[in-house]
Amino acid sequence: MNLIELKNLTKIYDGETVVDHIDLYIKENEFVTMLGPSGCGKTTTLRMIGGFVSPDDGDILFNGDDLTVIPPYKRQINTVFQKYALFPHLNVYENIAFGLRIKKFKASEIDKKVKKMLKLVGLEGYEKRKIDALSGGQQQRIAIARALVNEPKVLLLDEPLGALDLKLRKDMQIELKAMQQELGITFIYVTHDQEEALTMSDTIVVMNKGVIQQIGSPTEIYNEPENAFVADFIGESNIVEGIMLKDKVVSIAGNSYDCVDVGFNPNELIDVVIRPEDMTMCDKEHATFTGTVEQVVFKGVHYEILFKSDKQTWMIHSTKSADIGAEVHVHVEAFDFHIMRKVSAC
Amino acid sequence: MLKKYGGVPFIVWTIVFTVLPILIITYYSITLKDGSFSIDNFKMFFDPRILNIVKRSLSVAVLTTIFCLLFGYPLAFFMNRVKPTTERFLVVLLVLPMWMNFLLRTYAWQAILGKNGVINAVLSFFHLPTQNLMFTQTAVIIVMVYNFLPFMVLPIYTVIKKIDKGIVEAAEDLGANQAKVFTKVIFPLSLPGVVSGISMTFLPAVSSFVVPDLIGGGKSNMIGNLIEKQFLLLSNWHLGAALSMVLVLMILISVYFTNQYSDDEGGQLW
Amino acid sequence: MVKKLPKNLYIFLIFLFLYLPIIFLIVFSFNEGKYSGNWTGFSFHWYKELFEDRMIMSALANTLSIAILASIISTIIGLFGAYSIFRMKSRPKQMLLTINNIPLLNPDIVTGVSLMALFVFLHMRLGFLTMLIAHISFCIPYVVLSILPKLRQMPKDIVDAALDLGATPMQAFFKVVLPEVMPGVITGALIAFTLSIDDFVISFFTTGNGVNNLSIAIFSMARRGISPKINALSTLMFIIVMGLLLIINLRREKEK
Repeated sequence: MNLIELKNLTKIYDGETVVDHIDLYIKENEFVTMLGPSGCGKTTTLRMIGGFVSPDDGDILFNGDDLTVIPPYKRQINTVFQKYALFPHLNVYENIAFGLRIKKFKASEIDKKVKKMLKLVGLEGYEKRKIDALSGGQQQRIAIARALVNEPKVLLLDEPLGALDLKLRKDMQIELKAMQQELGITFIYVTHDQEEALTMSDTIVVMNKGVIQQIGSPTEIYNEPENAFVADFIGESNIVEGIMLKDKVVSIAGNSYDCVDVGFNPNELIDVVIRPEDMTMCDKEHATFTGTVEQVVFKGVHYEILFKSDKQTWMIHSTKSADIGAEVHVHVEAFDFHIMRKVSAC
Repeated sequence: MLKKYGGVPFIVWTIVFTVLPILIITYYSITLKDGSFSIDNFKMFFDPRILNIVKRSLSVAVLTTIFCLLFGYPLAFFMNRVKPTTERFLVVLLVLPMWMNFLLRTYAWQAILGKNGVINAVLSFFHLPTQNLMFTQTAVIIVMVYNFLPFMVLPIYTVIKKIDKGIVEAAEDLGANQAKVFTKVIFPLSLPGVVSGISMTFLPAVSSFVVPDLIGGGKSNMIGNLIEKQFLLLSNWHLGAALSMVLVLMILISVYFTNQYSDDEGGQLW
Repeated sequence: MVKKLPKNLYIFLIFLFLYLPIIFLIVFSFNEGKYSGNWTGFSFHWYKELFEDRMIMSALANTLSIAILASIISTIIGLFGAYSIFRMKSRPKQMLLTINNIPLLNPDIVTGVSLMALFVFLHMRLGFLTMLIAHISFCIPYVVLSILPKLRQMPKDIVDAALDLGATPMQAFFKVVLPEVMPGVITGALIAFTLSIDDFVISFFTTGNGVNNLSIAIFSMARRGISPKINALSTLMFIIVMGLLLIINLRREKEK
């Protein structure tokens, strides 16, 4: 049985459908990330699972039982909030112990559990500290400890790393993933940062405008985006319109190229995605595209080169640089042409 | 449970004791003693005796406000230009009278302006003729200014205090002398405080009834006294209600104008 | 410096203006005779008469009991009112805030006569209870406005966090919200207390049956003419207020 099932889940605010009849199932011991731009409905969905927002339509099932009739304080789910929401009038120990005290655990039990949590998040000895004396990263970890000490079946995380600086964020991503694997519980994570999602998740749910765009593992999402939105949102992409002349042959700007996709109608209008790192500069003989270099930007890891060919601008990621205005030949393997159906606008 | 029903006492109380009384007064203002509906009560506003009183209320309130502003602004300004320890001491000194009972502060002037009061005592000491200062409009204005001066000074002082010293320094750096710094920087930035002070002075002044009663002695009646008489003496609640509504209207108009100058979201005390 | 003199002189003169009447009040409370124009000797007898004056003493008792009751009740009602306003959606919130602010904008006299009209309409006898109700009514808005900013300043999601950790809405309120807004609650209660002690106009119209508060007692006496018992009362009040302000300021200095 699935741990959590969302069926036809819908939420409407002021006439606007923020979550649009989504279906999703989540298993035990899974790290699921809901990924999408601001306003795509991911946080609202999370809040519905947590119980802070009531759905307008649809069901949420927890181990087969209806979750929507259970108030948040009775669910076996805990949340790590975006701005941590730590209690300023309580010290670190009391913050973490809050849920345990409500459940009336014995003082000795509470002491054991709190100390164990502080060890898990690497903040032993911080029991008596005041919340406002902690750094952002430390507050973050207290918030996680406070949630996990209640041994929930599911941990909800609402963009918890947004306020941290880059290095700390990357360290925390690894720590969170390790924590999830060690504890063996389900983490449902919300973020707009696609790199973060790719790093930590077992499953990624890409959302846009209240609708799920694609569900898959990080490699599936990255290598086989199902539509232009996903392709554009994950990683850098070149996306252009094209026509499938027939199976394995696509036409872009009047030229035809070999690809590997089948199953489209002849002359069907489609989108073509080519990853910039799949475009390699080469010699004239192997050129798939030929054009003129328009812009070169150094990004540290690679150069980002824009070139124009047949009125179409393409992006290359290369460890080699190029001269602006020079002629360039670019090779693309047939299997690196990703063909996607047009997303119907309805 | 608490979330849903906690606010109920507040809502019920506010409706019964704030909204309902206003509805009742509105009802009285548009009816006559026999129960019929009429705007005659409001027409009475144009009766010369009443119009006179309204005019007097406005002129007393305006004069009070002007004098408070005239004397209060420099004080607010100077209080920002003394040593910090002196400044704190002056603030306490300013606030203290505000905490004293309003009636006591007014009564104090009875002893000063009265026939047997201090001023006359001093005058007769110098063999000068004694004055009848009590029960005049001038006396009312003096006492009103006395009572409301701290209310004018405090907001202006607070706003000037909040002006970033960096702005003054920037102006001086750009070549402004003391006078220019004042007219071009400090004064414009102090205006929200001035507006606040004006509304904390004019509004209570125009609706005041204690000072015109005790100091004016019935010779300098203002709207407040008129309303009091209708309700307690003459039992003409309908006229009293109409006058109250006129007073409220005046207040609302002033509040509208002062709100143009402030942009807080509503839900704070100052 | 030449510039210092006019500034200091001005400050001195204005404060002289503010304090001379009070100084006269105090000085003449010790005057044997009745009139301020005429010093006839030093005496405490006005103080004695003040404490023997039943009317004033009962007015004082009324003032204090109403102030204490009104501040407690208005704080409780205002606290829960502010919290439910805080949790409301924007349209009912705005409406309730506007209604809440009405007593603040209304001139005292209009509040007074309209409450009087209400009590008569409800066939209630004017007296201690009606005055108490009136005081509670004008205190509540100040309590709400003291507490709302503190509610707004609470860290985001803090109530949801409490619920998430297993607290019922009531537990969340008492364990998390209340400690956070306590400074606002205390400030609100103090403001309510001060306003109640000092009120005249609204009390004047909403009381009856010889139930006076201090301000009404002073007013009736002042209307009849000079009475140095009032001077004695003023002196005592001045000392109390000065003492309170000194304590408050000393505590502030200590905190710094």
